[in-house]
Amino acid sequence: MSHAESVASIKGTAGAQARRRRSRGPARYSALDIFRRGVTNSDWPRSFRQHDLAKSYDVVIIGAGVHGLACAYYLAANHGITNVAVLDKSYMGGGGSGRNTAIIRSNYLTPEGVRFYDRSVVLYQNLAADLNYNVMFSQRGHLTLAHTDASLRTMNWRAEVNKLQGINSSVIDAAEVGRIVKYLDVSDRPRYPILGALYHPPGGIIRHDAVNWGYARAADHLGVQIHQQTEVLGIETAGGKVTGVRTNRGAISAPIVVNCTAGWATTISDMVDVKMPLITHPLQAAVTEPVKVFLPSVIVSGSLHVYVSQTDRGELVFGASVDPYPSYSMRGSLEFTESVASHILELIPSIGSLKVLRQWAGLCDMTPDYSPIMGVTPVDGFLVDVGWGTYGFKAGPVSGEAMAQLIATGRVPEIISAFDLARFADGRLVGEKGAASVGH
Amino acid sequence: MILIDCPYCGPRNSTEFRHAGEAGKKRDVTTNDPAVWRRYLYQQDNPLGWVRENWFHTAGCRQFLCAERNTQTNEFRWVAPAGSPGPDGASGNGSAR
Ligand SMILES: Cc1cc2nc3c(=O)[nH]c(=O)nc-3n(C[C@H](O)[C@H](O)[C@H](O)COP(=O)(O)OP(=O)(O)OC[C@H]3O[C@@H](n4cnc5c(N)ncnc54)[C@H](O)[C@@H]3O)c2cc1C
Ligand SMILES: [Zn+2]
Repeated sequence: MSHAESVASIKGTAGAQARRRRSRGPARYSALDIFRRGVTNSDWPRSFRQHDLAKSYDVVIIGAGVHGLACAYYLAANHGITNVAVLDKSYMGGGGSGRNTAIIRSNYLTPEGVRFYDRSVVLYQNLAADLNYNVMFSQRGHLTLAHTDASLRTMNWRAEVNKLQGINSSVIDAAEVGRIVKYLDVSDRPRYPILGALYHPPGGIIRHDAVNWGYARAADHLGVQIHQQTEVLGIETAGGKVTGVRTNRGAISAPIVVNCTAGWATTISDMVDVKMPLITHPLQAAVTEPVKVFLPSVIVSGSLHVYVSQTDRGELVFGASVDPYPSYSMRGSLEFTESVASHILELIPSIGSLKVLRQWAGLCDMTPDYSPIMGVTPVDGFLVDVGWGTYGFKAGPVSGEAMAQLIATGRVPEIISAFDLARFADGRLVGEKGAASVGH
Repeated sequence: MILIDCPYCGPRNSTEFRHAGEAGKKRDVTTNDPAVWRRYLYQQDNPLGWVRENWFHTAGCRQFLCAERNTQTNEFRWVAPAGSPGPDGASGNGSAR
């Protein structure tokens, strides 16, 4: 059976099932409901259920991060394919999707990248309503600072590519930067003075956990099963086609298996000998004690290897570039905190007495061109949605939508066609390093 | 803080070193086939567990070193001058599983 045939047989059984499940409808969250439950003191229903593992599913998705969950949700919501299991060896959102710094933007460097990430921004704008879940998307603006002529040049290039794609993005001078962010040091005192910035007003931050939970809840209501503590140990194939997976809770047969495991993606693809040019690096972040909200936008400095935003609770969230060697270890390091602290004080000297509350790390599956790897592989039925490096949270919605469409139709959607695995052998790289190495 | 036991300088903080890729990766200079060169450029093992890899002691003796490290725990179990045969006698090969 080819991919398209297995898809066709999935759809036949799935449609009716989906309609039946959907008609029951999710328990909607609303202001009225908060009031009612406050008065009657009644409990909220669980936002997603636990299930026994079935013997077979139409689609098995490995990894319950934003990519796996979004793919499952759009399979059910857009295509009526609901006999879907999302498996995670740990807890939902325990990977990068629960550890990232939640920056959303579309001011990338290549036309393919800009189009792709902008579709995600559009989906994020409507996500709270679509999922009936408050994801706290705040389009507060995104500033990438330039401290050298070379970076100003790259920013002008990015701004022009962005404008051509209809994205709100432009280069502004240091004085304008100072007007937008009062507390930034735009004088020529610092070792690397701010010369200007790429300004992207629609960029911003989101509540990452809420995005994961919202997708999980909505997918669950449509009939998708989410299995935590379920580790994939092997992938079964016959005659070059996927037939199922082996897990710590038993075997499952499935004609389609999707690798959505980001930092762990190599360990999964190695199970079917699909070689991918990925290297796993830790990426760290830190958060300070909360203070009165004073920082209006997200600020990134590639030259100083640091970025910062302020949450609605008032904490400053810091990040930097990846740790300098490959590792699957998720331990933080003192070097990171020291370097972030010294660099951020170059930008905002007035926060010198703020205390760092926490620091943590997550795993990033880096590709040679800083673009993802999405779509089909040489093994029939084994699909990948990986290579998310330090920038993949913002891509959750568009990736889920496109992967679901690929599974449902058997055809690679145009919006992800540039990101195929074969591009590395063919020499068709989609170079996004200039837009993604620090400013995730 | 991770210490790397440099065979020339003794134990030093890992920040003094630069990771220099998997050990034993060789260019095939006898071919100009783009596919071969692209594989060399882009493809490497990325195993979870023990790897054999090269390091450069940037802020020390400025020598290349060969080491075995566990990518899950960052434990180093063997560090030697570049090109040394591994503890198992074999030279090179990115993953030492
Ligand atoms: C500190 C930090 C800051 C970041 N900042 C940003 C940012 O500002 N903006 C942005 O867009 N991106 C950012 N990223 C990147 C982003 O977090 C990731 O690219 C994204 O979350 C990847 O999502 P995912 O769903 O593909 O994978 P993940 O969320 O990592 O999920 C993968 C899941 O696979 C599971 N898994 C692994 N192996 C197995 C197995 N054998 N069986 C079953 N399950 C398995 C894991 O348990 C995990 O839950 C950041 C990342 C980090 C670490
Ligand atoms: Zn040395």
